[in-house]
Amino acid sequence: MKIIILVLLGLISTTALGHKPSDSYLAIEMQDSKISGQWDIALRDLDYAVGLDDNRDNQITWGELQQHQQQVSVYALSHLSINADNQACTTQALEQLVDKHADGAYTVLRFAVVCPVLPKALSFNYKLFFDLDPSHRGLLRLQQSGTTQTAIFSPEQPARTFELGTKSSLREFFEFAKEGVWHIWIGYDHILFLISLLLPAVVWRNNQQWQPVLSFRTAFFDVLKIVTAFTLAHSITLSLATLGLVNLPSRWVESAIAASVLLAALNNIYPMVLTRLWMVAFGFGLIHGLGFASVLTDLGLPENSLIVALLGFNVGVEMGQFAIVSVFLPIAFCVRRTWYYQKLTLGFGSGAIAIIALCWFLDRSLNISSLALLSRMRVNLSSGVPDLLMALNL
Amino acid sequence: MLILNVSAYRNVVLCACVLVMGCLPNSLCAKPYTPQSSDEVLEQLPLLNNRTDKVLQRLRRQLNTEPDNLQVASAVANRFMELARSESDPRYYGYAEAAVKKWWQQSKPPLAVLLIRANLRQHRHDFDGALHDLHAVIEQDPRNGQAWLSLAVIQSVQGNYEASRLSCLHLKRLASHLTEMSCLSNAASLSGSAQQAYAVLKQAVDNTSTTDVEIHRWALTLLAEIAVRLGDAKAAETHFLQAFALNQRDVYLLASYSDFLLDQGRAKQVIELLKDDTRSDGLLLRLALAEQITGTGDLAKHQEDLQQRIVAYRLRGENIHQREEARFYLELLKQPNEALTLALQNWQVQREPADARLVLDAALASQNTVAAQPVLAWLKEKKLEDKTLQQRVALLE
Repeated sequence: MKIIILVLLGLISTTALGHKPSDSYLAIEMQDSKISGQWDIALRDLDYAVGLDDNRDNQITWGELQQHQQQVSVYALSHLSINADNQACTTQALEQLVDKHADGAYTVLRFAVVCPVLPKALSFNYKLFFDLDPSHRGLLRLQQSGTTQTAIFSPEQPARTFELGTKSSLREFFEFAKEGVWHIWIGYDHILFLISLLLPAVVWRNNQQWQPVLSFRTAFFDVLKIVTAFTLAHSITLSLATLGLVNLPSRWVESAIAASVLLAALNNIYPMVLTRLWMVAFGFGLIHGLGFASVLTDLGLPENSLIVALLGFNVGVEMGQFAIVSVFLPIAFCVRRTWYYQKLTLGFGSGAIAIIALCWFLDRSLNISSLALLSRMRVNLSSGVPDLLMALNL
Repeated sequence: MLILNVSAYRNVVLCACVLVMGCLPNSLCAKPYTPQSSDEVLEQLPLLNNRTDKVLQRLRRQLNTEPDNLQVASAVANRFMELARSESDPRYYGYAEAAVKKWWQQSKPPLAVLLIRANLRQHRHDFDGALHDLHAVIEQDPRNGQAWLSLAVIQSVQGNYEASRLSCLHLKRLASHLTEMSCLSNAASLSGSAQQAYAVLKQAVDNTSTTDVEIHRWALTLLAEIAVRLGDAKAAETHFLQAFALNQRDVYLLASYSDFLLDQGRAKQVIELLKDDTRSDGLLLRLALAEQITGTGDLAKHQEDLQQRIVAYRLRGENIHQREEARFYLELLKQPNEALTLALQNWQVQREPADARLVLDAALASQNTVAAQPVLAWLKEKKLEDKTLQQRVALLE
């Protein structure tokens, strides 16, 4: 009996370059309700399965592959079933191309997937070549609204279901929440408006003079009222505008936002509204909400998860706002008795905000080229705003 | 010759692909196109499809008409496995499995199928699965020499030298004296008796008149490797050359000798040895290492080829190349942290001196001595004698 030292050979990888185990690459892409597929299958495997080398010269030519195009697509697609929420989808072969992979030539089969419903869950059952080569693997890449999921199909695990709704919704929520925070952070007009309203929250007006409020509690509830009113208001208009129920020209909205900042700042210098600032916050908050809506629309709204996006974005905006308030309030409360605060911050700070807001207003509402100077000023001022903010908070 | 040409051609295509497009892992050079002419040759098929293997063709036809014929099925599978080895083409392992799949899933497959399955599982580094099958073979047929030998070698690879030695003892009267001695010396040399093992095996080789080239080469390769571990470079060189004199190219021997040469600072000779033999990933890695040291040859292309292969295997979720992968990251890419992770994973599967050395080297390079401690303790426990490991152990202790 001849004994073979098989094992030794296995211990170092003796796989020849240009030879690897058989794989196919299946890419499925979902865009809104359209599902398309691309399937790269090795010509060598197809030849072993259906026979492509018609003239038996050991070479597969493009001509030979074209001869078998129909046969190849029928064979391949009959070994793949796709279900949308347990209802069978159909596949339609489109074009067939060729691609060179590391280990040889592959046919590239493009196909459309037609499902009876817009799937919440997409299931795959993969059977290609498993009867001929159990070491064959189907490598799936499923792409859908920016997320990629993968699977490796084997005879032991030929099926896989992907939940499309739940998982991606959560991710989408966080993505939009992040955008919301970011927008507050870079949207100086919102920050300045909020600060203008909050500045007088730690003081009160008596005999034409600012007096420090006595307890943190008072200041806290004042701020709470203002922020809640602002939040409520912009949430309402943000939702209405995003859902398409309200639609105002963006130039009008942007100008109004600038005006709101201007008025809020002026109010700190020439006080007109002293109590019930929350009502001011609510009224102007309605306008700011429309501004948020245009940002959200610019981000590109997913059709089938509009609510998730809206909710996420709004939560993000609130979080950004909360961060600003939680930094502002304790500092402002501590320094509320000082001259710096009452004169410099409240007075000059508000004045500076008013000037910036005026520039924005003119720029946005008139939009005339002769205002280039002001526009440039706006840019300069905008970039200087973080410093200004720091000054205001101190 | 033909196959070499084809693989060279593919390398060129691959390389061009990589350079021009910067391959994405998942698509591996995906840039689908429509060929210009219907005469354009897309693929060169392997010899099997040339219908030259008449025996295999006949057997497969017979299997088609008699799908329940175990004898024919296992003959087809064995022929495919020979092809897989000789052509270094893993697809044939898959075809072999398909031929016997009817019996593969049974709770108690027939003996012939168990041997085939053990062989395939060992190829896929499922050593525990292979051991399971081999034990089942031995249960049915305690006088199956092939099963005992395979068992002994896998046990040795897993570091179970005592179990390996006991398996080797069963080879008496089931296999040639040289086979038995090689088996025993291998286990003994790794567990504290290297000197004696060398002497015993040398005597067995000197007194043999075997005509079995494979066994003879295995014995000589083992002798050389024991000599390397004992630090006797001169004896190692002699035995390596004796093994080469048997006049059959063997991937394992080439790899082992290349490692010896690299350690000896003879990288130039590695290039001479391997420059026309880039078919095996393992050999290509050693060629690339030699090219890196000497600054000659086509290092960039060879490195890219290896990277491609690693990516392709990772996509499949397979780790049978972990040893090469770890060494690739450690020595070629100089990324010791990545290498250490891979080397430690590999250590859970394979425990040969080379596997221990990889962990130690990666731990030293990434200055993570803690990670190497389990391996150091293991080396002590097994009393492994290896001059090349000693320095590293001293640095880590």
